[in-house]
Amino acid sequence: MADVTASHVRPTSASDYLALLKPRVMSLVVFTGLVGYVAAPGAGDPVLGFAAILAIAVAAGAAGALNMWFDADIDAVMTRTRTRPIPAGRVDREEALMLGLTLSALSVVTMQIAAGPLAAGLLAFTIFFYAVVYTMWLKRSTPQNIVIGGLSGALPPAIAWAAKTGALSLDPILLVAIIFFWTPPHFWSLSLLQKADYAAAKVPMLPVTNGPASTRAHVFFYSLLLAPLAFAPVLTGLAGAIYGAFAALGGVFFVFLAWRVWRSKAGEGDKAQDKPARDMFGFSILYLFTLFAALLAERVFA
Amino acid sequence: MSEPVIITPEEQKARKRRNLWLALSILAFVLLVFFITIAKIRGGGEIPL
Repeated sequence: MADVTASHVRPTSASDYLALLKPRVMSLVVFTGLVGYVAAPGAGDPVLGFAAILAIAVAAGAAGALNMWFDADIDAVMTRTRTRPIPAGRVDREEALMLGLTLSALSVVTMQIAAGPLAAGLLAFTIFFYAVVYTMWLKRSTPQNIVIGGLSGALPPAIAWAAKTGALSLDPILLVAIIFFWTPPHFWSLSLLQKADYAAAKVPMLPVTNGPASTRAHVFFYSLLLAPLAFAPVLTGLAGAIYGAFAALGGVFFVFLAWRVWRSKAGEGDKAQDKPARDMFGFSILYLFTLFAALLAERVFA
Repeated sequence: MSEPVIITPEEQKARKRRNLWLALSILAFVLLVFFITIAKIRGGGEIPL
């Protein structure tokens, strides 16, 4: 166990500030943003494209820092988050707030210079939605927190699309919808495994408020919405046969794993029964990555 | 009256490293804005400020 009393804390390093930016979340939005940019019509400019994706990444980091500033009390209680820089005593809350606000401003300004008002406005909205609507309001007040809050994690492909074209259409909205409906089964599978943690931190996650059985049913229900929706880009012409094959096969397997979660006893407290939820969580990441990678591959190798 | 804060050599080294990263970040931002400007001028577009 790490000793986190003041006298034993190692000096703060740049990596602690980097950890405030949630690098793993950043890497996901960079990827979905990149796919949104490449999939959008037109040639685009590599420098402006790079600047737009970088602005999205920094904005995600800024939102992460604001989240850690506000949620330090919750993070200190939960096993998954108690080693984060603030609860571990390596960074002050105020520093995280200042870093979050500064990077928010820099990312939106950069997007405005590189891509114009629509992309910059969407980026500002995304930060606001994650930091204020999700973190400060929904997370502590409703079990629908991650459903509605998931919008901020879903928007990057549309922001990148708007950065390249200056406009939005049905196709980028479909990409947003796919991530939006993917988030609940993905996150609820994880929350089934961490129910006790959420209960201890008094976060009204679905397994805490409605119980594991209801959560498992929700996972299955959302997977039924997601699988056909993920096929929609083929119908609009955004995606081709390779994507279609992955969407069809992946969708069937996604629904199958969700059905297994639904029929299981995951989240009831017996770790041995949690495997279907763990499988669902693991596969959900691979599924989303594969869909977007297929879309990217179709554009790059077309 | 507050006591002057005496920092250890280890803390001083950490502070120097943090400041170096900060300087590099600011430099990177300056270069980014420079290259965005060049790309905009080359593309004949306006810089919407």
